[in-house]
Amino acid sequence: MNGLIFLIPVALGLGLLGLGGFFWAMRNSQYDDMDGAAVRILMDDDEDGDTLP
Amino acid sequence: MNAPYPVTGSAALIQTRFAVPDIRCAGCISKLEKGLVQHDNIVQARVNFTTKQVSLDHDASASVPELVGAFALLGFEAHPLGDMARDTDQASSRDLAKALGVAGFGMMNIMLLSVSVWSGADGITRDLFHWLSALIALPVIAYSGRPFFKSAWNALKRRTTNMDVPISIGVLLTTVMSLYETATHGPHAYFDGAVMLLFFLLAGRWLDSVMRDRARDGVTALLRNMGTGALILDDRGQSRWVDSESLKTGMVMIVAAGERLAADGEIIHGETLIDASLLTGESAPVSVSLGGTVHAGTLNAGAPVEVRITATGHDTAIADIARLMGEAAQGRSRYVRIADRAARLYAPAVHLLALLSFAGWMIAGAGWHHSLLIAVAVLIITCPCALGLAVPAAQIVAAGTLMRRGLLVKDGSALERLAEVDSALIDKTGTLTLGRPTVINLAEISPKEQSLLLALARHSRHPLSESLRHTLEAEGVIAATVSHVHEIAGMGVQAQSNGHMIRLGRPSHTATGSVKNGAMTTELSVNGKAIIQVQFADALRPDVQSTVDELRELGLNAMIASGDTNEAVAPVARTLGLTALTSLTPQDKLEIIQRQSAMKRKVLMIGDGMNDGPALAAGHASIAPGSASDAGKNAADCLFLGDSFAPVAIAIRMARRTQNIVRQNFTLAIGYNIIAVPLAISGYVTPLIAALAMSGSSLIVVGNAMRLKWERSA
Repeated sequence: MNGLIFLIPVALGLGLLGLGGFFWAMRNSQYDDMDGAAVRILMDDDEDGDTLP
Repeated sequence: MNAPYPVTGSAALIQTRFAVPDIRCAGCISKLEKGLVQHDNIVQARVNFTTKQVSLDHDASASVPELVGAFALLGFEAHPLGDMARDTDQASSRDLAKALGVAGFGMMNIMLLSVSVWSGADGITRDLFHWLSALIALPVIAYSGRPFFKSAWNALKRRTTNMDVPISIGVLLTTVMSLYETATHGPHAYFDGAVMLLFFLLAGRWLDSVMRDRARDGVTALLRNMGTGALILDDRGQSRWVDSESLKTGMVMIVAAGERLAADGEIIHGETLIDASLLTGESAPVSVSLGGTVHAGTLNAGAPVEVRITATGHDTAIADIARLMGEAAQGRSRYVRIADRAARLYAPAVHLLALLSFAGWMIAGAGWHHSLLIAVAVLIITCPCALGLAVPAAQIVAAGTLMRRGLLVKDGSALERLAEVDSALIDKTGTLTLGRPTVINLAEISPKEQSLLLALARHSRHPLSESLRHTLEAEGVIAATVSHVHEIAGMGVQAQSNGHMIRLGRPSHTATGSVKNGAMTTELSVNGKAIIQVQFADALRPDVQSTVDELRELGLNAMIASGDTNEAVAPVARTLGLTALTSLTPQDKLEIIQRQSAMKRKVLMIGDGMNDGPALAAGHASIAPGSASDAGKNAADCLFLGDSFAPVAIAIRMARRTQNIVRQNFTLAIGYNIIAVPLAISGYVTPLIAALAMSGSSLIVVGNAMRLKWERSA
């Protein structure tokens, strides 16, 4: 019972964290361009020469 | 990582969105985003790869043509987009996704607690878990249930019921009963059932909304926003770009070759050929000279002219067609989707069952508590999850499969209506044909001549030159080296090659473009002597014959309905073996459909032009090609992309298959209810059974819908 008193709020808290993260992501337009996100990995950024080695 | 970086700065920035259909790969994204910012007025560029749109943050001094030019420098064709209803519809998808997320969170966490109760927790542990479930469930139901509660309330206010009324009643009653159970230390609390119900139903709604979003973005990417404005000549002879909305009668606009007119007008300088195929369906361009009338939406296919505007916006000839379309579309909105038709029977039946079981148990002496519990169990178990999920699941999978085969479906009801059609009305110009001139006598031209032709055609934006250039480049012809190239407006392109003067242009013996045997021609001449004539015609789309045959096989009565003349339509009708009605006005086409509908036939309209607009809006279902006018694209239910006509038959086969799957899903759902309802009435349905039954039926129904993904329907 002692364990439960501690664990259940932790479980719910983590769940709420996840939900909060989901809401933030939606508001921040993270889901607007799923295909674009997948493809941007392939872009080369180092053509301008302004990244440090 | 994925979101646009916020731009800070002192100057007020405007954000304009452009549709750029040519974005194809990661390279395009970096090319655009880095390249556009090089332009002085552009501060930030953001590519949305999914919708093929680019959002530019620029300062107010940059005009739309300047920005379009910035894209052109990088090699991309961009079309400006207005701020249409996109944002409100997107918001509804977002709201549904948020409600879905909250319901999912609630469902999983309550299930966490319920599993231990189902496994035999009792006494104080069970009470604790029930209270915790209540704590989670109440805010979740209040938030995620809003779409259903609002819709049910609206229906009740109008004294009807829809699918959402039993859902809302079920959820609310369940919650109240479960709270009562929890407060009185009872064994059965249905919080998980109520939240699971909301989760599955929201999933169905969200899929439906996503499908519509995808289709709408697909259509937006294709809109060319014809006649967004015009180059206006003012008194001092200076030209400036003016938006369509700001055009006024009396202004003088310069219309270049290959440009569409933004308003009705009268030619005050120059003479040209006007291609009205998008407006009336006539395939042969008409020559118009000084004093002649020209209409908004037509294409200037000859030489640049100056036009004094006589009518803009609502007063143009095309505005009448738009009004006709609006009226025709009213009939379409009366169509009731199959899920809603099912709901009309379903809602009262479910209410009745619940009421009867409550009354029955009360009469049998079970008391308020037990009877209400049974009634709640009946409401939950008859959960329309299978119904609410079955139809959107099947339709979104079908729409995805169709998109891969080159057909864009705008929403689920389009698929339902497509499956019901029994006759077809097909337009000719632009629908059965490509709607643009293509070279027909390429075989007669020698390689050396082809090389010279390409060298000259590259320097003109005239529709015939563009077509010639596309064809020759596709053949892999290398252009000859020429010098001193210049284009003589309305006459052709001239250059020097190896000391000879070569010219590509109007055949020298006629005053305007020669129209021979229904074909348009241009002529290549060396030092003034004609060498070869290139003939163009509006060719039939690939696969037209096989598609028309397939339509016949599918049992559709097909007919050609064209605005073009009898002479132009007859050869096509003969080749395909179809009857044809010719020289039709938009009103005529609309009347044909109305007459057929009166005979209880369901007509599929396939057309592209403005003149097909009212018919596209009035037909039971309608399909337009991707090259259609904006009005056609907006009015049609489906768009087939690319040149081939084959997607039309594929669409019908797929739509019929989807309806089959939907019917199977309904059968499964009803079968499941037939088993489950007696169980509920006799009191055997505990929260565990309800949860299993709901998940099980939803999974089966979605699994069945997934079969459409591997559909080889052609």
